[in-house]
Amino acid sequence: MSLSPKLRAPPPGRPEPPQDLARRIEALLRLAFPLLSTAVVLILSVTPTGLPALAFALAMPSVAFWTVFRPAGMAPPIVFILGLLLDLLTLAPLGVHIIALLALHGAAMRLRFWLARQGFFMVWLCFCLGALGAILLAWGFTALLLLTLPPWPPILHTLLLTAGLYPPIAIILSRAHEVMRRAEDLP
Amino acid sequence: MIRLSIPLRQALARLSLPIMIAVAFGVMLLGKADTLLVERLRITLSDALTPIYGAISQPVNAVEEAIEEIQSLATLRSDNARLREENERLRRWHAAALGLEAENTLLRRQLGFMPEAAPNFHAARVVADGGGTYARAVLLAVPPQHAIRKGQVALDERGFVGRVTEVGSRSARVLLATDMNSRVPVTLEGSRARAVMAGTNGARPRLAHWPEGVIPQEGERVVTSAQANAFPAGLPVGVVRRNAQGSLEVELFARLDNLEMVRLFDFGLSGILPPEAVARPEPRPARR
Repeated sequence: MSLSPKLRAPPPGRPEPPQDLARRIEALLRLAFPLLSTAVVLILSVTPTGLPALAFALAMPSVAFWTVFRPAGMAPPIVFILGLLLDLLTLAPLGVHIIALLALHGAAMRLRFWLARQGFFMVWLCFCLGALGAILLAWGFTALLLLTLPPWPPILHTLLLTAGLYPPIAIILSRAHEVMRRAEDLP
Repeated sequence: MIRLSIPLRQALARLSLPIMIAVAFGVMLLGKADTLLVERLRITLSDALTPIYGAISQPVNAVEEAIEEIQSLATLRSDNARLREENERLRRWHAAALGLEAENTLLRRQLGFMPEAAPNFHAARVVADGGGTYARAVLLAVPPQHAIRKGQVALDERGFVGRVTEVGSRSARVLLATDMNSRVPVTLEGSRARAVMAGTNGARPRLAHWPEGVIPQEGERVVTSAQANAFPAGLPVGVVRRNAQGSLEVELFARLDNLEMVRLFDFGLSGILPPEAVARPEPRPARR
């Protein structure tokens, strides 16, 4: 298929955005925002609060939200890095949180187009189901790697904590997402 | 940036999740095979983050203290009554202790008893929760030139807290007595029977393996035992409690949910370390 030079030219009235350094850095920062913000929150979340599962419960809403609404910023390698960070910050056997977060990411990625069309409560409900799966996976792998059965009440605590944390986190992140999208739409 | 063709990029994007899952399993195996590497990674990360935690923990502590202050204002009257009653009781104990101390000195003089040197300790601030969903540990900020070793015993102002399992240049991790991997040899003070205090990740560790014929009494004091040369004998641990299911637990003296400072004692022992700490403790000059 051959295109005439006339058709290839950008339409009049919308000049091509200049790819200068500032703009590139801005785009890179937007791409890295999900990783950096989640990592900072995870690092801060292990201050002594009396909630041992707080870091894991904070990581799941963030991973799920960015996977559905900005998958470029929450690609599998980024989820991997966040899981590794979580494993190293806590005393969990290495790899447990990586697998759990990757599973949540995979599920969210598969249902992404469907979820993006649903209302908030449906997304929340689906998130809770996904989080339960991830928590059970983390529990199972912890049991496998430590060769002991960890107590089960933390499963429920973590689920309730992360289900309760999802709405405020989603509100904050959707604001950030909106701001970034507006910045991207700028000519 | 490397420019790739669109089909190749799509294929890579589709493959990256399975690849990452495979790498995660690899990391899991590596973590199981080379625990020393994991420990080194962990301690490098905590060394890097400890200054940040140190800075954050101060305002967090200030807020916590303010909340506690407000709560204590609400219970001022009842606290006052309780303290007056306790003070009365302690006064009687004080008199008894003075008498016992005099008697003890007399008996020691008669026996020619050589008192053990008081162990030296370092105080360290708790800056972060080092555990997680299925582990109980705390992260300590330690000064750069410290003499803290793996295996040292941590106590708060009331009793036994746990043991040091990881030591970095600026941070150290203490595995708490409540962690499900923690096993502490203890002595029941009333019957002098030995037992093991096993952590369950709950607030109260379980009491296990007491000898036949001995029934641990509710409210009996539990102290550490020198068995296995991991702990010095006689450190205060807690009291025996029977839970709703009828099994025996230890109510710890230490307030593990609200740790701010711990004292790390160097008793110069090199016994069994918790499962996380597979490396041998560093040699240390013999005790004076």
